[in-house]
Amino acid sequence: MLALVSPALLVILLLIVLPVGWLTWQSVYHDGFTLEHYRRIFTEDIYWRSFALTFEISLAVTVLALLLGYPVAYLANAVPRAWSTLILALVVLPFWTSVLVRAYAWLVLLQRTGVINQLLHYLDVIGEPLALVHNPFGVVVATVHILLPFMVLPLYATMQKIPNDLMQAGASLGASPAFTFVRVFLPLSLPGILAGSTMVFVLCLGFYITPELLGGGRTVMVSMLVSRNVELYNQFGAASAVAVVLLASVLLIFFVVSRFISLDRVLGQK
Amino acid sequence: MMRFSPARITLYVISALVLVYLILPVLIIVPISFSSARFLTFPPPALSLRWYQQYLSNPAWMQATRVTLTVALLTVMIATPLGVAAAYAISRSRLRIMRLIHMMLLLPLVVPIIITAVGIFFIYARVGLVATMPGLVLANVMLGLPYVVISVLAGLQSFDPAQEMVARSLGMNRLRSFFAVTLPQIKSSVLAGGIFAFISAMDETIVALFISGGQYQPLTKRMFTALRDEIDPTIAAISTLMTAASFVLVLMASTRQKKSA
Repeated sequence: MLALVSPALLVILLLIVLPVGWLTWQSVYHDGFTLEHYRRIFTEDIYWRSFALTFEISLAVTVLALLLGYPVAYLANAVPRAWSTLILALVVLPFWTSVLVRAYAWLVLLQRTGVINQLLHYLDVIGEPLALVHNPFGVVVATVHILLPFMVLPLYATMQKIPNDLMQAGASLGASPAFTFVRVFLPLSLPGILAGSTMVFVLCLGFYITPELLGGGRTVMVSMLVSRNVELYNQFGAASAVAVVLLASVLLIFFVVSRFISLDRVLGQK
Repeated sequence: MMRFSPARITLYVISALVLVYLILPVLIIVPISFSSARFLTFPPPALSLRWYQQYLSNPAWMQATRVTLTVALLTVMIATPLGVAAAYAISRSRLRIMRLIHMMLLLPLVVPIIITAVGIFFIYARVGLVATMPGLVLANVMLGLPYVVISVLAGLQSFDPAQEMVARSLGMNRLRSFFAVTLPQIKSSVLAGGIFAFISAMDETIVALFISGGQYQPLTKRMFTALRDEIDPTIAAISTLMTAASFVLVLMASTRQKKSA
């Protein structure tokens, strides 16, 4: 049995375990052991600000995805089967479109001469075009769009398991629908909220294409810090240290979350 | 009873708006790709196929398309057998270490892709695989493996291993019984896994940005560079074709999966 699994394992070892290991080594070793790169991450402004910005954007994206995704999952769970299939299909549809294509679509929609500005101008809502893209706003709008399915699917899966009788029991005991929702349904859907939020937050931490194309050069997220250190400055050590800190944050989040819910629940969606 | 309550109506309206937000950007590129205008105007002034012509007559775009298709096909041909073998071993073996191996095979989904990309670039730079076809294919095999493993494991879960035992008790060896009994019944999940690996290779951008170059640049890398410079509707034509390809493939995969369910 080990022989059967070994070719796949070899690919994983050579193409992800070894590269990440090499990266880690390179972050502390260059003609001798050094923690210089890590010192810079924690002391230099540009690194600090990038990490702070990345966490802020990820938090905003997660909260927005939850606020937008919860009603959709709730509706998909409440309507007859044919309708819920349709709703879920619409949610998953963009999921299998290239992230690059969707970033392009958002450029088309949000830029100064884009569809939304033209529409608002036509309706006389605005005189001057709004700056909707090449800033953190554009990054958040496009990123929420890309990550929303990762929120809706675990929410829906959790809601499916909440017995309907509980709502009816609440109603028969005289509770208002709102009260039953807040006291019964919402707490029971918490594992789904946690699973979806974790996935969205973690994926957002490492997002690269949308901030690079829609951030306008000033919204420097951590992933861009990594790529710039490699591509522009040939600072492999610095790039590696940033990557290691990012990976450590992701693993730490998975570790903490795994104490509350099974990780299969978080990863199972993709 | 609560069909027309204000809460219900609000729920419907919000959900409808969110669904529009999800779908609109995917659909908007289609009319733009058929527009006659050089700049993005919406609605398009007139219909035209000029951006498709632009794409089809440009040798650089065509070369990139060939690279993408070759990489995606080779990825499927390598990742599928590796993934099936691994999933079979994981589901049949009772070794404790298999749990760890299972988790390791899902690593590509856990490690942020930018980190994987830079790490592979460092390794490739040492062994001379940067800007080569084998390098590109190998990286995509690694990224596609989890999809095959997850899909095939799900298929094997609903398959009764006793059937294979019967075949073996009748004198078939393990390999023959797998191909004669097990594989035909998990065919759908194998195909679905392969299709997802294909889509993953076709859409992969970030690793390609770091490790591909010269004549071996896939479509996504060229698109990314083009998008950084200016927005050219040729990208809309390519995007429309890519999206159409993805949808057809996903449809194939999901009808397959339904049949097996």
